[in-house]
Amino acid sequence: MHFRSCGVPNAPDTSPLTVLARLSLKTSRDVVAARQTVAREMKARGTSTIRVTRFATAVSEIARNAIVHGDGGEISICIDARKEYLLVECRDRGRGIGDVEQAMIEGFTTAGGLGRGLGGARRLSHGFEIVTAPGEGTLVRMSAKL
Amino acid sequence: MPHSSTVNILHILETDFSMIVEEWLGTQVHEGVKRSDLFSDAESRAQNAELLKSFAKGVRNAAVDGDFDLEDAAWEDLRAVLADVTKERVKRGVTPTEMATFVLALKAPLFGRLEARLNDDPASLIREVLLVTRLVDAFAIYTNEVFIAEREQVIERQREEMLELSTPVVELWDRVLTLPLIGTLDSARAQEVMENLLQTILERQAEVVIVDITGVSTVDTQVAQHLLRAAAAVRLMGAECIISGISPMIAQTMVQLGIDVGTVSTRSSIRTALADALKTVGYSIQKNRDS
Amino acid sequence: MSGITSIHLVENALLVSIHDDVTDTEIIDLQDTLSHRISEENVRGVVLDISALEIVDTFVGRVIAQLAGISRLLDAETYVVGMRPAVAVTLVELGMYLPETKTALSLTHALSQLRRA
Repeated sequence: MHFRSCGVPNAPDTSPLTVLARLSLKTSRDVVAARQTVAREMKARGTSTIRVTRFATAVSEIARNAIVHGDGGEISICIDARKEYLLVECRDRGRGIGDVEQAMIEGFTTAGGLGRGLGGARRLSHGFEIVTAPGEGTLVRMSAKL
Repeated sequence: MPHSSTVNILHILETDFSMIVEEWLGTQVHEGVKRSDLFSDAESRAQNAELLKSFAKGVRNAAVDGDFDLEDAAWEDLRAVLADVTKERVKRGVTPTEMATFVLALKAPLFGRLEARLNDDPASLIREVLLVTRLVDAFAIYTNEVFIAEREQVIERQREEMLELSTPVVELWDRVLTLPLIGTLDSARAQEVMENLLQTILERQAEVVIVDITGVSTVDTQVAQHLLRAAAAVRLMGAECIISGISPMIAQTMVQLGIDVGTVSTRSSIRTALADALKTVGYSIQKNRDS
Repeated sequence: MSGITSIHLVENALLVSIHDDVTDTEIIDLQDTLSHRISEENVRGVVLDISALEIVDTFVGRVIAQLAGISRLLDAETYVVGMRPAVAVTLVELGMYLPETKTALSLTHALSQLRRA
C-alpha cells in the first residue's frame, strides 16, 4: 500500500506502514466498528478531539458508501513509520464511480441522499484520493494527522 | 583512520590543545565577541574546550575531502555541542554575527600553527588551510542555522501565545458569554476561536453568546463566512448567538457583498446585545434612581 | 428496535438517548418508531439526547432533520440536546446546519422550553 498521493509529506513510497486493523464492511454495524476503531486509535495517540471527530466522520461516510453503493468491501487502518499520520484504505466491490469529479460536487447523489458524503469526507481528511473505474469497484485512501 | 590530508591538523589539535583553546579565546577578545558581560571566563573556556574536543574527534573520524558532509555521523558530537552553545548564547542575547565570528575565530590559531609546521611545504600548507577553512566555515553556517531555528521557535511560541491572548471568552453574567474579537480573522484563527468558544459554552452551560466584532478591522465575505459558521455551531450546541458591534460601514459592506446572515441575530452595539442576552436568561437592567 | 436506544415519556415529551454505537438501520427504525409514538401518544415534543454521540455524519444528520420535519407535521417540536463541540464544528463543515431542528444545551433546557411553548 502506498500513500504518497494521500497527502503524507516526505513519506517515501517505500515507507513501511503498520496495519493496526483490518475490518470487513458488510452491514451498518461494520460502519460503526470502522469509525470507532479509527477514533480509538487516534485517541490512543493523543490526537485532539476535534481532529478525531472530523476524521472518524469522514471514515463513517466512506465506509457507508462502500456498503450502500459498493456491495460491501474491506477497510484497513494503518499508521506510518513516523507515527505522524493515520491512513485508511477502503475498498469495495461495487460498480465503481463513472465521474469522480461529478461525485465530489456538493449535492450530487445517486442514492437519494444529500450528496454531501464524498466531498465532505474529502474536506474532513488531510489527504484524500479515489481510484475507481466503472465496473472495477472503488478504492478510497484517506489520511489524518495524528 | 585519519586521512593523510588531516595528519598535520590532527597533530596540532592533539599536541597543542589547551594552547589553541587559549588563543581562540584571545582572538574572540580581539574581535570583541567574547562577551565577558554574558559569560564568565571559566564558562567561555569550558565551551571552547568542549567545542574543540568534538571538532578534533570529527577530524579524526570523518571524511574531510570531497565527501565532507556535516550531516555525517562523525560530526554528531560537534553538531550537538554547537547547537547547545548556540542556544545558550541566543538565550543570553548574543547576535548571529557575534556567534559566527566566535566560531570563525578558531581559524587564526590553527592557521598560525599550520604555517609553522608546514613552512617548507607550501602545497600542503595551502591544502590544509583550505580544508580547515571549509570545516570552520561549515560550522559557522551551522550555528547560524541553529540560531535562526531557535528564533523561529520563539516567534512561533509568541504567535501562539498571542492567539490565545486575543481570543478570550469572557463570562459576562450567569450563562452569558462574550467573545470580543479584535484585529483580523483568518481561517486558522477563526477555527481556534470557534473551538474555544464552543468548549466554554459546554463548560459554563452558557445560553447566550455575544460575539462582538467592534474591534474587527474589515469584514469581507470570508470573515462573514467564519462568523456565520461560528454562529451556526453555537446554535447546534443549543445556545443562542448574537453578533454585535456591526458598524454602519460593515452593514453596508455586508449588504453590498450579498452576505445573508439568515437567522443569526445581529446588533449594532454590545450594549443592546447585552440587554437582550440578559432578558433571555431571565434578568433585566433597571434604573434605580435619577442621577 | 434494539436495546441500545431508550425512549421515555416525560411531561408530554418523548426523551430519546442515542448511544454511540447506533447503526444506520437502528436510526431508521427509531425514526419510524418515533413517528408512530408522536402521533399515538399526542406528545408535544421529542428530545433527542445526542451527548453520547462521538460523531454525527451526513446520514445521521439527515435522519435528525427528517425527524424534525415529521414531528412538525404531527404538531410536535424536535429538540437536539447535548451536541458535543467537535460534532457541531464538523456538522457545520459538512454544510449541515439543521435549520429545521430546535436545539438546547441539555434535557432540562429543552423541557423548560417545551413548557414555555
